[in-house]
Amino acid sequence: MTRQTLDQKLAILSDAAKYDASCASSGSTKRDSRDGKGLGSNEGTGICHAYAPDGRCISLLKILMTNFCIYDCTYCVNRVSSNVPRARFTVDEVVKLTIEFYRRNYIEGLFLSSGIIRSPDATMSEMVQIARKLRQEENFRGYIHLKTIPDAAPDLIAEAGLLADRLSINVEMPSDAAVREHAPEKDPGQIRKAMGDVRLRKEAAKDRSHTGRRPPRFAPAGQSTQMIIGADGSNDAMVLGQSTRLYSSYKLKRVYYSAFSPIPDSSAKLPLISPPLQREHRLYQADWLLRFYDFQLDEITSVTPDGNLDLHIDPKLAWALAHREMYPLDVNRASREMLLRVPGFGVKTVNRILSTRRHRSLRYEDLLRIGASMKKARAFVVAGGWTPGRLTDSVDLRAQFAPPPEQLALF
Amino acid sequence: MYHAEMPVIGTAEAWRCAARGFLAQGIPPEAILWNNDGTAPDLFASQARPPPNGDIHVPRGFVALADKVVWHSDPSRFSRLYGFLWRLRGARGLMSDRGDVDLARLRQMEKAVSRCQHKMKAFVRFRELGDADAPRRSFAAWFEPTHHTVEPTATFFARRFADMDWRILTPDVAAIFEGGELRFEPGHPRPELPQDASEQLWITYFRNIFNPARLKVQAMQSEMPKKYWKNMPEAAAIPELIATAPARARAMAEAAPTLPPLRAARVQARLPEANPYWQGPAAELPAAINSCTRCPLYRPATQAVPGEGPTDADLMIVGEQPGDQEDLVGRPFVGPAGQLFDQLAAETGLPREAAYITNAVKHFKFMPRGRKRLHQRPNGSEIHHCQVWLRAELDLVQPKLILALGATAAEALLGSGKDILQRRGTIERRVDGTPVLITLHPSYLLRVPDRYLRERATEDLRADLRLAADWLVQRETLIEP
Repeated sequence: MTRQTLDQKLAILSDAAKYDASCASSGSTKRDSRDGKGLGSNEGTGICHAYAPDGRCISLLKILMTNFCIYDCTYCVNRVSSNVPRARFTVDEVVKLTIEFYRRNYIEGLFLSSGIIRSPDATMSEMVQIARKLRQEENFRGYIHLKTIPDAAPDLIAEAGLLADRLSINVEMPSDAAVREHAPEKDPGQIRKAMGDVRLRKEAAKDRSHTGRRPPRFAPAGQSTQMIIGADGSNDAMVLGQSTRLYSSYKLKRVYYSAFSPIPDSSAKLPLISPPLQREHRLYQADWLLRFYDFQLDEITSVTPDGNLDLHIDPKLAWALAHREMYPLDVNRASREMLLRVPGFGVKTVNRILSTRRHRSLRYEDLLRIGASMKKARAFVVAGGWTPGRLTDSVDLRAQFAPPPEQLALF
Repeated sequence: MYHAEMPVIGTAEAWRCAARGFLAQGIPPEAILWNNDGTAPDLFASQARPPPNGDIHVPRGFVALADKVVWHSDPSRFSRLYGFLWRLRGARGLMSDRGDVDLARLRQMEKAVSRCQHKMKAFVRFRELGDADAPRRSFAAWFEPTHHTVEPTATFFARRFADMDWRILTPDVAAIFEGGELRFEPGHPRPELPQDASEQLWITYFRNIFNPARLKVQAMQSEMPKKYWKNMPEAAAIPELIATAPARARAMAEAAPTLPPLRAARVQARLPEANPYWQGPAAELPAAINSCTRCPLYRPATQAVPGEGPTDADLMIVGEQPGDQEDLVGRPFVGPAGQLFDQLAAETGLPREAAYITNAVKHFKFMPRGRKRLHQRPNGSEIHHCQVWLRAELDLVQPKLILALGATAAEALLGSGKDILQRRGTIERRVDGTPVLITLHPSYLLRVPDRYLRERATEDLRADLRLAADWLVQRETLIEP
């Protein structure tokens, strides 16, 4: 075999990383390099440096250390039984790429994942070496996200947490049965224990010692996970049930949903469908309602009979349409909790309504200026100069929001 | 008539000075001509006077707003800001009225500037000039912002790229950072920057991180408008990536083989366990408990929590179920209730370390609520399903006395958890004759809201622990002679 160039390796190992949904580079500690001794800064908010034609942002250099893997997970393009071309970066190559890309303002940092080579410990320790070299030799102060290997030794994960801003461990599938089915070498219990361990270490790193010294922060941007949607038979109620448990048990920052997409040389065990991108989108919307709008899981999933979210309209609108007895709401009187349940009103809109309400009563035009999406909200609210009349209870209200029926293609 | 000429560099400070002077002198908006960008002054400007000096107080929110809006490209921005400032004199609450027409327009302009700043932080692309091994490496970028964003954004680059020299050139203003010092110069025409080898690697990365099976061109363009593309090297690859994506996705799907239904394996995994007794070797008990799937509690839990302690202990302590901490750590009684119990046991002389300590139910039962887990009491069926493990632990330890903490433990050990407050402090016997001392669960003490009642309950628990300690000592003195 001829030696691969850096460019060839980069092509293979970024191609292999494109199924990772996470791209966030926000929420870590603030730091910069104004002292002139290092490179990089982190200001709390992430920056998307480019967008690929799949609509996803490029914020971090998202690559695999290697796509050789000893595991045989059916949904993964890098499983041992797949015939894709293989490559492996050296520690120095990853460090150099990260630094050179960062200096040219292409990226916010590094998101490093890896296939499992030799053993989970050997793989994890090489990943930690990369992070250590970036932090300690290059004085890199940008963002580092490490995808940890759940079976790796706890002290390796402990060191990873001190070097990286964020750690992630993928739960892979919405149910334990599906993990066992599709990833025979992975143990769902072990994955949960690893996530529990990260939470405990993170909490332990908050306690000051008796002298008042604060220990070094552990994964300050928290931990996240990823679930593949559409490769097994789980419905949305099961998926969201799993994520609420993950959020509450391990204090995860984010659960990413990745619509299963056809992969080159895919396994015979997987369904041959185009990726349900719309489903992924609805899951993110529902996830958001659970975390920021105080919706309960059963409220969102009980709206449809099969436990799946309505693909044509967003989950908040679906809930509102099923609970029309509560509407219309008077924007000049309704409580914050209720205003948050108006389709078309976001958290910002509601805050602006409440602050303006202290001065005077709101009219329809005010809501437009405040930034509410009145196309959605108008059927559900009363404001100065506006009542929806019979619109709220009209039979065809759903049809006004749902996309028009499509003519099926004949060929 | 007054005339305020705003410089291209240092606009924010200049506007603030001028506005302060005008407002202090009570000069109305219609008497001021604002001018910027070297455009020809108004007809009346020849007779105009420069702004006076003065000092005023304005809401802090306005200062932040003005510091953004002055960088907008709309020539009317200065007069709009001053007009609003003029209105603010009488109505300070105006700043929080989001429905106000003037403020809404200013907020819109503020947002446009912030967005433009954000895009500049994202889309500036540096190319290396000169030697890569020099102590301070040197880079330059050409950028074409929509608004006058270079000056307010340059500090961001200074914080980020402090160990190298760089310059960002725009048609408007140039930001230059050399030897740790930042300065601004008037704009340049587009320069010829040298080729950079890393750029080719970057384009390779951009091409390969794209997944052709999920083409979403609109989503890309709404975040990365075409006007920025011409100065971003990777954007040249976009048309070809879009054009070939459908064919690449189709090829991947067509190459894939078919598959069997997923049902079969799921059914297999749910085969019920027939044997209610566990009869493995003692060393395998924790592992067996850990892989238990008898009731649904195992699904959301992190792990099962088996009992721990010497297997020849005289005393076995049985609690209710693991809590949030125990579930994460995998050991019993390490959370707040466990710590309280340890403290009380130490006070009353109960040999806590010599006891085998476990729970009636081995998995944590909880209700997710936002980012918290609310503890839930196990029901009869869950207690029943977990009996097999408790029985195995009892067989293993064969304690002389069991301390049952709370109703769930009493139910698991004696078949009933009713009237626990009346039964506490008494010893009942299991079917096989093992004595069980019933007492309160320490977590009950943590939940009693009334201070007096809490202290009484704590005293009760203390008394029971003393009783258990005495019982054990008496038994030893009876046996020894």
